[in-house]
Amino acid sequence: MKALDPTPSTPTDEFIKGLWRENPVFVQVLGMCPVLAVTNSAINAIAMGLATTFVMLMSNTLVSSLRHFIPKQVRIATYILIIATFVTIVDYAIEAISLDLHKALGAFISLIVVNCLILGRAEAFASKHSVGYAMLDGLGMGVGFTLALLCLGGVREILGNGSLFGVALFPAGFEPWVVMILPGGGFFTLAGWLLLINHLQRRRQQASAGMQEVAR
Amino acid sequence: MNEESLWAIFVNAALVNNFVLAYFLGICPFLGVSAKMATAVRMGGAVVFVMLVSSVCAYAIHHLLVAIGAEFLQLIAFIVVIASTVQLVEMFIKKISPALFRALGIFLPLITTNCAILGLALFQTNKEYDFVQAIVYALGAGIGFTLALVLMAGIREKLEFATVPDVVQGTAIALIVAGILSLTFMGFAGLGA
Repeated sequence: MKALDPTPSTPTDEFIKGLWRENPVFVQVLGMCPVLAVTNSAINAIAMGLATTFVMLMSNTLVSSLRHFIPKQVRIATYILIIATFVTIVDYAIEAISLDLHKALGAFISLIVVNCLILGRAEAFASKHSVGYAMLDGLGMGVGFTLALLCLGGVREILGNGSLFGVALFPAGFEPWVVMILPGGGFFTLAGWLLLINHLQRRRQQASAGMQEVAR
Repeated sequence: MNEESLWAIFVNAALVNNFVLAYFLGICPFLGVSAKMATAVRMGGAVVFVMLVSSVCAYAIHHLLVAIGAEFLQLIAFIVVIASTVQLVEMFIKKISPALFRALGIFLPLITTNCAILGLALFQTNKEYDFVQAIVYALGAGIGFTLALVLMAGIREKLEFATVPDVVQGTAIALIVAGILSLTFMGFAGLGA
């Protein structure tokens, strides 16, 4: 019965739901632009995931703590301002920490602002829940987002470059599938993961239908 | 200042580095509004229009912020100004031409959160285009977006009549089609260089 409850109440549940059951990328299909654009290597994927997690955690916290003060009419504009502020912080932080990474991610760090996932969580969750829950939700969704990016980035780097985190995995004779690093590969990899997940969900549904049949 | 010729900028933005298929900007409307040809064309028109407007705004803001030495506000200023300009333009069109307003309909406000618009503003600033170059870049990007959207809609309308395996239906098949389209667009690489 727990799975049918739309608003799970335990703190762990708020955190866990972002990882798998409501995974922002594979289940909700939100925030597609960065998902496809920066996942040509695993390290880029992780950096993007962490940056997004930070922004989501901070914006969820702030939106939730200000939820009684923000007038309803201008709430979306306020959320965007809050998000844009944290994205600017992240942008400068990454530039200070690693200039190479900043170059590799390029304008996509700034584009976290228009990631519909972050605005979506602010509007759908943080504005209605207490600070603690909003933080857990932001963290969970962020980690789920990072995991999904890593799944895509890992596959694309292994197939397209023959390496993972820059470490070569195959003997010298390996011919990399260059297409996987190119834009087209991003679409194909995401399509592949969605297929796998659709397939697994279908199997689980069939299995539970079978169980009910037996119980009857 | 950037010395690229206008034609090179246009071809680059529209075909070689197509916003949707090479930069992955505006994927949400690309997947969401590409089910029917008629809506795709309208959406494309609205995007071209908003891109032109926001390109002009972004150019002005960038120079204003540089003049007062507040570049760190760039991102916040872009998003706020673009969002409010689109609102103003929407009200303006509603007053001036109700027919056009009905044609663009719900798409105008939706476009505000389209990452292609903000992406355009950021890219044109990074590339240090002058005013005319920025306008041409915006036009190219908008037309490229429309092209991708219309192609996608055409394919998806045909796909309605095909038998697609159950598991692949929905987003997965759309992504595979987009991937193939993206590969096709790579054929343009080197044009206008």
